[in-house]
Amino acid sequence: MPTLEERAGNIANEIDERFGTAKFVRRSARKVFPDHWSFMLGEIALYSFIILLLTGTFLSLWFRPSQGQVVYDGSYVPLHGLKMSEAYSSTLHISFDVRGGLIMRQIHHWAALIFVAAMIVHSARVFFTGAFRKPRETNWLIGVALISLSIIEGLLGYSLPDDLLSGTGFRIAEGVLLGIPVVGTYLSFFLFGGEFPGEDLIPRIYTMHVLLLPGIFLALITVHVMLVWYQKHTHYPGPGRTEKNSVGYPFFPVYTAKAGGFFFITFGVTTLLSAFATINPIWLFGPYTPTQVSAGSQPDFYMGFLEGILRMFPNWEITAWGYTLSLNVLVPTLIIPGVLFTLMAIYPMLERWVTGDNREHHVLDRPRNAPTRTGLGVMSIVTWLMLLAAGANDILAITFHLSINSITNFFRISIFIIPPISYVVTKRICLGLQRRDRDLVLHGRETGRIVRLPNGEMIEVHEPISEADLYTLTQHEPRHPVELEPVTDSNGIPRRSILSSKIRARVSRFYFEDTVNPPTPAEVHELEGHH
Amino acid sequence: MSDQLDTEPGGERIHDGDPSGTTDVATQRSLETPHSGGELETRFRDPGLPAHVYRHSDIDPKAAKRREREVATLFGLSTLGTLLFIVAYFAIKPNDTSGSELIDRVGLSTRLLGLGLGLALFCIGAGAIHWAKTLMPDDEIVTERKPMRSADEDREAAVEALKEGAAGAGLGRRKLIRNSLLGAMAPLGLLAIIPLRDLGPLPGDSLGETAWGPGKRLMSDPAGRPIKPEDVEIGGVVHVLPEGIEKSEHRLNEEAKATAILIRLAPEDLLAQRPDRKGWDVSGIVVYSKVCTHVGCPVGLYEQQTHHLLCPCHQSTFDVPRNCKVIFGPAHRALPQLKITTNADGYLVAAQDFQEPVGPSFWERGK
Repeated sequence: MPTLEERAGNIANEIDERFGTAKFVRRSARKVFPDHWSFMLGEIALYSFIILLLTGTFLSLWFRPSQGQVVYDGSYVPLHGLKMSEAYSSTLHISFDVRGGLIMRQIHHWAALIFVAAMIVHSARVFFTGAFRKPRETNWLIGVALISLSIIEGLLGYSLPDDLLSGTGFRIAEGVLLGIPVVGTYLSFFLFGGEFPGEDLIPRIYTMHVLLLPGIFLALITVHVMLVWYQKHTHYPGPGRTEKNSVGYPFFPVYTAKAGGFFFITFGVTTLLSAFATINPIWLFGPYTPTQVSAGSQPDFYMGFLEGILRMFPNWEITAWGYTLSLNVLVPTLIIPGVLFTLMAIYPMLERWVTGDNREHHVLDRPRNAPTRTGLGVMSIVTWLMLLAAGANDILAITFHLSINSITNFFRISIFIIPPISYVVTKRICLGLQRRDRDLVLHGRETGRIVRLPNGEMIEVHEPISEADLYTLTQHEPRHPVELEPVTDSNGIPRRSILSSKIRARVSRFYFEDTVNPPTPAEVHELEGHH
Repeated sequence: MSDQLDTEPGGERIHDGDPSGTTDVATQRSLETPHSGGELETRFRDPGLPAHVYRHSDIDPKAAKRREREVATLFGLSTLGTLLFIVAYFAIKPNDTSGSELIDRVGLSTRLLGLGLGLALFCIGAGAIHWAKTLMPDDEIVTERKPMRSADEDREAAVEALKEGAAGAGLGRRKLIRNSLLGAMAPLGLLAIIPLRDLGPLPGDSLGETAWGPGKRLMSDPAGRPIKPEDVEIGGVVHVLPEGIEKSEHRLNEEAKATAILIRLAPEDLLAQRPDRKGWDVSGIVVYSKVCTHVGCPVGLYEQQTHHLLCPCHQSTFDVPRNCKVIFGPAHRALPQLKITTNADGYLVAAQDFQEPVGPSFWERGK
């Protein structure tokens, strides 16, 4: 009777003789993964995606993606006798007649919200710590693609039940398509198979929702995670952590247990949330009909910023030579989001151009040490939150008994004022924190102990900070704006791109002119000589 | 966390109340460390990884045993969660009952199943992480990073290999092959687009036509009853659809365009009407398309006091006495008006179809 270890060895041998796995296992088992709570945000997104695949597969066993009309006679009596699509009636069937169907629907919907939210917060972490810098720009781009696709995937998902709320979402989508110049009506007729709502939409978006987009997600997520593995994870600055090493726990067993365990925790928490917090109770909304809408209609949160732009944009429309250009729809739904996502996507390249920094970075920035970037990040978040609030202007009006018109006008003006203020305030806070770090290094920590000297003078005793803290506070590089290149090159020949050089120097000054650089040992030395 | 022993690596803390009056006492250690060259003056030295701090469970076998029991308890709880799920699944079948009990039973089933499944999953995760944090080695280990860039010789060899391959294929020499291949590949994209043509019919004039027409009675929605002027009080509102729409082949498509709202105004409120719309009402009863001219939501909220119609989606506001002109919000155009009259039996009927396309603007709507 062979021992367990012998049997395992035999299996491993069979596998290795065919795939040469030992080499990979030898390298990977002790692969280092840096540890920090903020590194779990991306994991939450990844695990939510797996939860979505599992619960989505379960739902697809009963869901009928069809707009064929039936008369409802299922378990839910209040809707008896109503005409509705098979999609809606099968969703009612999943909710009331399939045991565990409702909890699976709720897990699926909550996991979708958590998926998008985790990606957004993860991207903020990556942004504020500068993790997107060389060599990780590709992963940033993949992330932007994942976030934008997830918004579409979510919209398709909550439209599938074909209830009154979800149908309204696609009615708005039709309006957006119609607003596209020249080809708008054609695109709309091709999507809906004719006029809105038609009978083709649900089967079509079903295929996109369960096959096409998840396939793209799977491919992008795989590349994303493989790149993290291959390029090795970044780590936060601290003693012993450098650009040339990676400090953390071994993949096996510690990281395997922690990450694997965290999958179950994410799944468990999502399930508990779904057990006690109802989401999207479609039986209360009724079947879709284009003649009705409920007041206070709100999309899922990730659509909110689009809704906000659409609600606050002025009602501009141009008519000339019999043709109509609906700026009030085209600009807020397609042009502004397009510009925002493009800016987000190209930011790493933009910053590299501004800093002229072409080196690899594996040690993260403390956000305060990149005040302009941190300011821009906070400004983006504030803008996003304001758009979200503007998308809920009716809810705000009812909750706070305000006029909807004044709320909308407030957003129309303040969207140009509050974000820049948030930029300036954030940057000032960062600079203040940097000066405090400098103080700590140069003068030590305040102990709160007052000592009276023989000559009667009272002083507060300062204590030097530990060597480890000292290093953490001073490890970042001093920053300076890039210099304007000379008008002629070293051979005296005039340079061609003087303008771009000028712009670059200008933007670089904007980034770095008031930067607070870390103190040097020389400065400390000088201070001590002074005393 | 409570297991962390309070040991300070290299914790010699000095300078307690230095009587020399030196308040700025920082960092002698770093400065005094001998360093190569002049680098000393610009950067502080990296003291390296802090000393490893042992946990209780690393040095006390009893504590380790306790942790082991805790982990096992969590895994045990997970098994209980699974049992709860199975019991709840077979014990509660919500649709055994019908009527008002259904929602309660579904709620109970959902909560118990969710609780069971949630516990089963969460406790596995919590156990695994507790195990990793308290019993698995917690020494941080270090690996070197190599620059992502390949070594120069590899790069050169790669370029060489590609050049050799390209030369072998004659990419530069055989221009005819290269160009004809490009010519063959370029239009392939069309084959991915052209077959999509049959996704739908072309729009034609269909967006400009609705199910309304001369003599079509106004039927209340959803009751489906014809309306006489005297049925509607001043200030009254009725949602209407054209007669017979429920029998049309694509009912929802027709309803999506034809849906309209009927409002009875006081005669004095009609004075602000456009002169060319005189006679489109029947004794103060006016009918407007209910499809918002912004992005198409049903404009269903009528404020009786102000005579405003409000779109619940994006809050475009239309002023009914002034022919539903836009007075606020993102919509640009007034809601199209339906000219009505009464038929021989005294019922309200449409005098004609809408005179412009209803709903959101589109490029060729003026044509």
